[in-house]
Amino acid sequence: MGEETKDIILSYIRRDVMESTLEKGVRFDGRGFDDYRKARVQKSVIKTAEGSALAQIGNTKVLAAVKFDTLTPFPDRPNEGVMITNSEHLPTASPTFEPGPPRENSIEMARVVDRAIRSAECIDVKSFFIEEDKVLGLFLDLYVLDHTGNYTDTANLAATAALTNTQIPKVEDGKIVRGEYAGPLKMDVLPVSTTMVKINGVWLVDPIRDEENVAETALTIGTTEKHVCSMQKDEGSLTKDELLNNIDIAFKSGNQLRNIIKG
Amino acid sequence: MAKEKVQLIVDGKRIDGRTPEETRSIRIEAGILNEADGSAYIEWGGNKIICGVYGPRECIPRHEASPYRSIVKCRYMMSPFASLEEHGRSGPSRRSTELSKVIRETFENLIISERFPNTQIDIFIDVLQASGGTRTASVTAAAVALVNAGIPMKDVVSSVAVGKAGDELIVDLNKEEDNQGQSDVPIAMSHQDRKILLLQMDGLLTRDEIAKMVEMAEKTCDNIYDMQSAALKKIYEKGEDENIEW
Repeated sequence: MGEETKDIILSYIRRDVMESTLEKGVRFDGRGFDDYRKARVQKSVIKTAEGSALAQIGNTKVLAAVKFDTLTPFPDRPNEGVMITNSEHLPTASPTFEPGPPRENSIEMARVVDRAIRSAECIDVKSFFIEEDKVLGLFLDLYVLDHTGNYTDTANLAATAALTNTQIPKVEDGKIVRGEYAGPLKMDVLPVSTTMVKINGVWLVDPIRDEENVAETALTIGTTEKHVCSMQKDEGSLTKDELLNNIDIAFKSGNQLRNIIKG
Repeated sequence: MAKEKVQLIVDGKRIDGRTPEETRSIRIEAGILNEADGSAYIEWGGNKIICGVYGPRECIPRHEASPYRSIVKCRYMMSPFASLEEHGRSGPSRRSTELSKVIRETFENLIISERFPNTQIDIFIDVLQASGGTRTASVTAAAVALVNAGIPMKDVVSSVAVGKAGDELIVDLNKEEDNQGQSDVPIAMSHQDRKILLLQMDGLLTRDEIAKMVEMAEKTCDNIYDMQSAALKKIYEKGEDENIEW
């Protein structure tokens, strides 16, 4: 069912080196277990969108863009605007990404980022109401441009950064006036995610692709300043103590990422 | 953005009269399909789900086969008539794609797939009627169906959602609590070694709340495990030509 192109199997020698460096308390690329690669964010990179940001963690790059359109609200929330998150794993970004409709990893990434942002209640969707049966829809598109590991955290970083950079369009007679704005989107809470993988019993924050490929367990935890706002376990299993320990790590590294968004 | 419109907890009772740690009624039947290698039916509150397991059988398409292990495939699907609201779309959705993935990853931890190289094991889950908590009910049913199929597994998994509504932590969210509550945390846990095999979350929670919730889920999973094993034992109690009623 939609199994995606598998990464090239890590050679035994490379795997041995990875595991023996882990025993010494260092990672393949010299980082500590809880260290992120260098992360940075550039805002306002796409002028045609109402908000945008390019996030980079190590060499992984994700572009997030925000566009608005008018929509019919969901029947169970007639007074609220809508947020729709989509992702694109561009085949240019990795040999494991294929052209065509989104595969399960791409869908999952969009849904995990969407959940973190939605749960954090950082967007006031009530302010998107225009008139009966008409609301503003916020389209958040996540483009993975280069994948060297951990696209989920990079995408979440890009998404939150793009939202802090978003201008709400001006609406006249129920129509969006393009190029004119009613004001910036308020973002008081900054949800970001931290992905961790377990290799040989050690948990590593922000895995590179080789680490992802040999990981026994993968876990993504979304945090705001005070709360956990999303969790998603991928392959593997973990104990309750590991989970709680990882939540502590997620808050710590989440704060680093939040500082990067704040600039 | 889950804002509570209705009072979900009044005087310590939930809208369906349950206490915070009470589950809805659960009925599990194993071996209900005639042609499947293993099967199960679960009725969990207003959820009605059938699960059929086929395999290990030839892996198709063949290029997906692995010479090292059996490929586990899972298809979770919601029928278009499963919810009280509008007629849904049939076929895979973004939601069902994600759920199929996390359910598959739950069982990849358990199935001893090295025993069956070049094959695939199919887990088909069809939600006929939905009322909150279909993914956890599906995992619970699929575990029974896999045992029923005789597929070797390291452990049995049980699953339940814990959550938060009306500022209280609750077990086994119904549809209203899922839609309008503050948080939803589906958890699946293996019975012997107490590993978390499925974990998702939305809403806002503190670390301490999550710690408490995992404990609540563990306790409930123990009860569900008893129901799963009772369903499996029942197959051997029936006569050779009798069918399991479901």
